[in-house]
Amino acid sequence: MGVREQLRLRGERQAKLLRALRKAASLRRCADRTDRIRPRDILAFVTLRNELPRLPYFLEYYRAQGVAHFLMVDNGSDDGTREWLEKQRDVSLWTTPASYKAAGFGIDWLNHLLWRFGAGHWCLTLDVDEFLVYPFCDTRPLSALTDWLEAQGRRSFSAMLLDMYPKGAISAQPYASGQNPFEIARWFDAGNHVISRNPKYHNLWIQGGVRQRVILRDSPEQAPALNKIPLVLWTRKYAYKSSTHMLLPRGLNKVYDAGGGELASGVLLHAKFLDLVVDKAQEELQRGQHYAGSREYRAYADTLARDQDLWCEWSQEYINWRQLEILGLMSKGDWA
Amino acid sequence: MSARLGIVMLCHTALDRAEQVARFWMQAGCPVVMHIDRAVPEREVTALRAALGSQDLLRFGPRYRCPWGSWNIVRASQDAAALLLREFPQVNHVMLSSGACLPLRPVAQMLEMLSARPDTDFIESVAIDHATWIMGGLSEERFTLYFPFNWRSQRWLFDRAVDWQRRLRIRREIPRPLAPHMGSQWWCLTRTTLQAILTHPKRARYERYFRRNWIPDESYFQTLVRLHAREIESRSLTLVKFDRNGRPNLFYDDHLNLLRRSDCLMARKIWPGADGLYDFFLSDQPARLPAVPAEPAKIDRYFELAERQRTEGRAGLYMQSRFPDINETGAARSAGPYVGFAGFDHVFENFDYWLGQVTGLRPHGHLYAPGCVQFHGGAQVWHGALSASAKLRDYNPRMFLTNLLWSTRGEVQAFSFGPEDTLGHEMIDFMTYDPNATLAVIRGAWLLPLWRGEARSEDLLAHAGALQRREQDWLGQMASRWAQARVHVWSLGEMLAAPNPRLEEIVTRLGGTAGLQAHGYPSLRPREGFDDWLVGLRNKGLPPQILKDYQP
Repeated sequence: MGVREQLRLRGERQAKLLRALRKAASLRRCADRTDRIRPRDILAFVTLRNELPRLPYFLEYYRAQGVAHFLMVDNGSDDGTREWLEKQRDVSLWTTPASYKAAGFGIDWLNHLLWRFGAGHWCLTLDVDEFLVYPFCDTRPLSALTDWLEAQGRRSFSAMLLDMYPKGAISAQPYASGQNPFEIARWFDAGNHVISRNPKYHNLWIQGGVRQRVILRDSPEQAPALNKIPLVLWTRKYAYKSSTHMLLPRGLNKVYDAGGGELASGVLLHAKFLDLVVDKAQEELQRGQHYAGSREYRAYADTLARDQDLWCEWSQEYINWRQLEILGLMSKGDWA
Repeated sequence: MSARLGIVMLCHTALDRAEQVARFWMQAGCPVVMHIDRAVPEREVTALRAALGSQDLLRFGPRYRCPWGSWNIVRASQDAAALLLREFPQVNHVMLSSGACLPLRPVAQMLEMLSARPDTDFIESVAIDHATWIMGGLSEERFTLYFPFNWRSQRWLFDRAVDWQRRLRIRREIPRPLAPHMGSQWWCLTRTTLQAILTHPKRARYERYFRRNWIPDESYFQTLVRLHAREIESRSLTLVKFDRNGRPNLFYDDHLNLLRRSDCLMARKIWPGADGLYDFFLSDQPARLPAVPAEPAKIDRYFELAERQRTEGRAGLYMQSRFPDINETGAARSAGPYVGFAGFDHVFENFDYWLGQVTGLRPHGHLYAPGCVQFHGGAQVWHGALSASAKLRDYNPRMFLTNLLWSTRGEVQAFSFGPEDTLGHEMIDFMTYDPNATLAVIRGAWLLPLWRGEARSEDLLAHAGALQRREQDWLGQMASRWAQARVHVWSLGEMLAAPNPRLEEIVTRLGGTAGLQAHGYPSLRPREGFDDWLVGLRNKGLPPQILKDYQP
């Protein structure tokens, strides 16, 4: 790698950090409990809007895994999300009326919070519909994983997004707040993901799953990226480049082995396709705050309005992490 | 009256766990000497001492700072062991352990075993010429070079120092009569042997020598024990499994059943958060539950498999944390064997159906047909939720195939392909260099659908010319001397002249010998008038090499 390219990447990273600082000016503090963060705590960083029904289970899930504190940015909710979160003792909350799109789809705000509070901690950066599954998550807390990663000299951990969906029309099985979403969205596509390597940032670009198979089948190139690196031992030099798909410095994106071996990795179960998404798609379409002119939401609105079944006869029903590992969606690597 | 087993504990982290284990030993009457690393903050040491309180069976050894592989680890062990022998005269065996060790058996059982063999030293002590397990490459040189730099924190200097000494042929003399031996750092020695090592008149001389060795904690006692021991059992009573970087694997709650199968007395390293393991092994449960037969090989295998997954991975899997560069690794590119047939469906009547009957496979049609993937039985979606959409397939044709082969591993895949399909140069290349591939090609068979009018074309000659060029191009690729696939190529004329032996050759390889006897051979599709058509085409200007393939 040439010195010139190195300098360019460093410039890009610093610009990203500066931009985060600038965009953070619109953040208003609602509940600041960051003084409760202890040195080795695992932290979660989340940006959200109008997600009240999803929150109880989301917090419960990650508390059980051992996340000690949630740092959240509320982007102008009007359904009581903010009020509910303010009452949670392990949540620090900021709010902003500013544009989600202009803040790099929220990542600028989170980059700033990561910079302020994340250094020295293992940090999870998530959406409220993403649920981390990692090797041995049924018997070992998240800190067992982060301790091991650290001992191995690894600072980032990959967890690909796996779209989960129900069988039958989405609106047929309404989600009740607090419920495990995977009681409804129990199915997934196991073997139709396509991968290519991004030569610039060295990350893998993964697409596929049910969104490509059904919703975007006529324009597969537009299917959303599923590669994610949500768990990072943060320092103030780091920045997410776009969503949690890739990081700078780009060495953090090398979460795969190119010589045939397997590195340990996990999966983010994606509970997007619940009945909640139908209204959400309409709302987001009107706001136009999403990536690439919200074309993804337009496709959802089309597909879901027709009550199309996402399920097919080769859909897999979710059991546990071992199943995902056998299917080759994640790996325990040499974490025995 | 205290027990005849004394414990030395070297602690540097998770002191609360060390405290728990120390209490366990003392409750069973075993005296404990704790060494606490100098690097541990004073505040934590005070807390530990306060928590343990005053105990008859507890002493604290002098504290040294013990970085990985340093001489101070040996010094800490020596001092603590000497203290133990001095203070507790009834002790006959001394066990060296760490603060992250956990006893796997009831103490009564351990005492019984040790008192049955009062003169035996349990220490892994392997002559260096035989120590093949050593990580990091240095074996004899550990004893004959100087090691002024730390391997973990000063790796570059360490490597240069080794290089230069090799080049300058520097060799340290090994003091007589020592014969270098190495082994696990964790031992259980008798009072007599330890006393002999610690009070030997040449101890200072030996120490000067070992101080400069690399990782002396794996060689000091292991070598000296050979001078004094009456009976050595050369194995460690402490279970440690190292990964390929020489770091001990951690044990977690879910390893409980694995640990119960160990034939060792202790295990390290235990993750400090493994509540389940500490609760179980420090309780009376191991004594109450029926004994589990020891199967140490099972434990070895468990960790070997993990190691293999890290280094070799699962063949043919492309995913977020395994994405081999297919041009650089020589390993298999796909998950299992597959066969591509080119032209067979044009020559034989219902070839797919017949192949399925004879071999029991589920043959696909043309996987790379222009309009749609022709999965077996016309399915719209296949294993792994792989879609039959041509658009999705053509978005990443290579991963379409590797996904198919991964999701159907265990079942041989058979499919048709030909120059009329959308698969390009890259796919032919992929298959040609894949040892899992078998490619059976009838050269020139693509003429048959043209003649039957199955492929509409404005300009027949141009179309035929294009198909012929593609086929030539492929055959050139497949003929590469580095090809890994099994490639069979017959001309259309050759195949028509004697179809059955050639079919038999392929079907036999797919395990269809019995099926062949039951179902026989497929009939040839009619081709009356094909010869005249071909001659007509030649007269219109078709390149003559095409006709060469077909000599009726």
